[in-house]
Amino acid sequence: MTATSPANISIPLQIDSVVKRFDEVTAVAGISLEVHERACLGLLGPNGAGKTTLIRSIVGRVRPDSGSVLIFGQPASSLAARKELGWVPQELALYPLLTSRENLDAFGHYQGLRGKALREGIQWCLEWASLADRADSVVKTLSGGMRRRLNMAAGLIHRPRIVLLDEPTVGVDPQSRNHIFEMVEALRAAGATVIYTTHYMEEAERLCDSIAIVDHGRIIAQGSKDDLVAQSFGTRSDVLMRLAAAAPVSAAWTEARGGTLQDGVAHFPVDRPSDIASLLEAAARDGLDVVDLVLRRPNLESVFLQLTGRDLRQ
Amino acid sequence: MIATIVRNGFLALRRDRGALVLAFVVPLAFFSIFAIIFGPMSTNSTPRVHVLVVDEDHSAASSRLVRGLHRERALACDTRPEAKAGEPQPPDYTAATAEAAVKSGTAPVALVIPAGFGANPISLAPAPGRKPIRILHDSSNPVAAQMAAGMLQKVAMTSFSTSMADVGMRYFALASGGLTPQQRQNLDSSLARMHDLEARRDAQGDGAAAASSENSGGLLPVEMRDVVGENKKSPMIAFYAAGIGVMFLMFTASGAAGSLLEEAESGALDRILSARVGMTTLLAGKLTYLVLLASCQLTLMFLWGAAVFHLDLFTHLPGFFVMTVATSFAVAAFGMLLASISHTRAQQASIATLLILTMSALGGSMFPRFLMTATMQKVGLLTFNAWAIDGYTKVFWRDEPVWHLLPQVAVLVGAGALIFLIARRFARRWESV
Repeated sequence: MTATSPANISIPLQIDSVVKRFDEVTAVAGISLEVHERACLGLLGPNGAGKTTLIRSIVGRVRPDSGSVLIFGQPASSLAARKELGWVPQELALYPLLTSRENLDAFGHYQGLRGKALREGIQWCLEWASLADRADSVVKTLSGGMRRRLNMAAGLIHRPRIVLLDEPTVGVDPQSRNHIFEMVEALRAAGATVIYTTHYMEEAERLCDSIAIVDHGRIIAQGSKDDLVAQSFGTRSDVLMRLAAAAPVSAAWTEARGGTLQDGVAHFPVDRPSDIASLLEAAARDGLDVVDLVLRRPNLESVFLQLTGRDLRQ
Repeated sequence: MIATIVRNGFLALRRDRGALVLAFVVPLAFFSIFAIIFGPMSTNSTPRVHVLVVDEDHSAASSRLVRGLHRERALACDTRPEAKAGEPQPPDYTAATAEAAVKSGTAPVALVIPAGFGANPISLAPAPGRKPIRILHDSSNPVAAQMAAGMLQKVAMTSFSTSMADVGMRYFALASGGLTPQQRQNLDSSLARMHDLEARRDAQGDGAAAASSENSGGLLPVEMRDVVGENKKSPMIAFYAAGIGVMFLMFTASGAAGSLLEEAESGALDRILSARVGMTTLLAGKLTYLVLLASCQLTLMFLWGAAVFHLDLFTHLPGFFVMTVATSFAVAAFGMLLASISHTRAQQASIATLLILTMSALGGSMFPRFLMTATMQKVGLLTFNAWAIDGYTKVFWRDEPVWHLLPQVAVLVGAGALIFLIARRFARRWESV
C-alpha cells in the first residue's frame, strides 16, 4: 500500500515504508510488506537485523518514526487492530505462580473476553495446546514444551484472524517442536493468517508459503522458498567432494577447477548434475582418490547465508 | 583454587550494583541517619518536655514556681495557647482547657497549681486539707509525666529555699520547746538575708537558677492523673501496631509492586499492553490490589492486637477503617513509585530497604517520635509512618472523633495521589516507544 492508496480492510497486514530510529541507530529503514489472508509469512533475519523492532511495530509496542502498519486496515496501535492480532512473544510471558487455566483466564480478560466467550476460549486453548489434563497445574511445574504451548495459547485466546509467532520453538525438544508445528498447521487450516519468525530454516521451509529476509533494517529478499533459491542460485547446485590427499594438494587441485576448500571439503558449483562426471574424471586423471561425494541443492539456509553473509552478528 | 573462587566472588560483586549498594552504601547511610536521629540525645540538646502550666492561685509563691518551671531547660512550659496569625491572644489555660489540650495531644503533660497553694507552698510532713499540685498526663508518653514531676520537686527546692527554712524552723521550735529571743532575732536576720538572695536570683534569671538546680526532693504534694489512657488496658499497643504495621506494609507493598518489574522482564508486560489494556488501567489495577493487600495486613495486625493484647478495636471501627484505607493507599502508591523508578528487582530492593528503614526510623516506627528532639519530630512529618501513627493514636488512644482525622487522612491520601501520578509518569518508559 502507498500513502495515496486507501486502506484495504481485507488485507490482514499492510506495512508501508516503516522507519524507526533509536538515537543514531536506524533499526528499520523503510520496510514495506503485505501479507494476504490465510498466508503464512516467514520472517527471517540475523540478530540485530531489525526484525524485533518490526514485530513490535506490528503489535503496536513501537511507534514508527514514519510509515504505517495496518491490521485489516486499522492502525496497529488501535483497539480494533489489537482485537484482530494475536501475538506470541518469544519470552515465556506467563504468570508462573498461576495455573494454565488461570493464565488463560487473565489474558482472556486482558483481551476483553467475558462470560461464555471467555470460558469457550479457555477450553479451545487448552485443547489446541493439548493441555486439558494440565489445566489446573501451576505453570512453574509444567515442562518447557508445555509452557511453550501455553505461551502460544495465551496469545490466541481471543481467536484472532492474524497470528504473530515469534520464535515459538526456542528451547523445546523435537517432540514438542513437532507438536507446535501441528498447532500452527491447525491454525492455518482454521483460516488464520500467520507471521512466523524463526532462526530454524527448516521450520520456515515446512510451515511458510512465503518468506521475507530482513537485514540492516530492510527486506533484502522476499518470495517462496523456490523463488528465493532461484533468485540467489539460479539452477546451480553444490558438489561437495572429500579427497584422500594432503590439504595443500587438495586445495590447489580444487582452486584450479573453480572450487573452494572449506574444512577439508571441496565445494564446486555446478549447473547440471551431469557436471559431476567431469569432476570425477579429472580426479581420476590426476591420481586423486575421491572418498565421498554429495550433490547438494541450495536450500533456504544457503540463500540466507548467501544474502546475509557468514560474519558473526550481535 | 580458593584464590579463583575468591576472585570470582569479588568480580561478581563488582558488577552487581544492587549488592554493592547493600553492602557498602546502605550501612553507611543507616549509620548516618541513626547518628543524626539519636546522636543529640546524649548531648546537651536533650529533647524538652512540653508542659502546660495552669496557675489557679495567682500568689507570689505560685508565680515564683511558674517562673522556676519556665527556667528549666528540660521543660518547654506554656501558660496559654499559642496565638494564631491575625487572631487575638487566647486566654491562659484553665484546668479544663489544659486537660483538653493534653487529651488532644497538644502536650503530654499539664501542671495545675491549685488556689491556696501560696499560703503553704511546701511541706515537710503530711498536711491535712492541703490541695496537691495536679499533674495531668498522657500515658502514651510515659517519660513526660515522670520528668515533669521530678522537675517540679527540683524547682520547689530552688524557688522556695526561704519557705523551707521557715517551715524547718517552725518544726524545730515545736520539737525543742521554743526559741530564746536572741535565737529568734538571729534566725529572723538570716531568713531576711535568704529572702534578699532569692529576690536577687529571681532578678538574675535562668543562669543562676540552672547553676543552683542540682538538688531534688519531695517537698510539693502532687497528684498524678492519666487523663487520656486512664481506662486503657494496654496503653501502647495501638502505637506499636501502627508503627510496626506501617513499616512492614511498605516492605509488602514494595515487594508486591515489584511484580511489575518481573512482568517487564518476562515479557508479560509487553503482552498485556499489546492487548486491550492501557498503562493507566494496569497501574490502577495493581494499586487497587496493593491497597487491599495492605488493608488486610493492617487489619490482621490490629485483630491480633485485640485478641492477644486487649486492643480495643471493635469500639473504634470507623476510625480504624478510615485510617487503614488512607494508610494503605499511601503505602501502595509508594510501592508503585519504587517499582516504576527501578530498572531491576535488585535495584528496587536496595532502594526500598534504604527508604523504608529511613522513613521508619524518622517516622516513629522504630522509636517514638516524642522522645526525639523537636527538629527531628518535624522532620519525621515527612514520612507516612508519622502521619499514620498520629492518626491511629488519635483513634485508639485519644478516642477522637473520625473528623479529627482529617489532617492525617488529607496528607496520606494527597501524598499517595501525588506519588501515584509520579509513578505513572515514570511508567511511560514501558509504553510504546
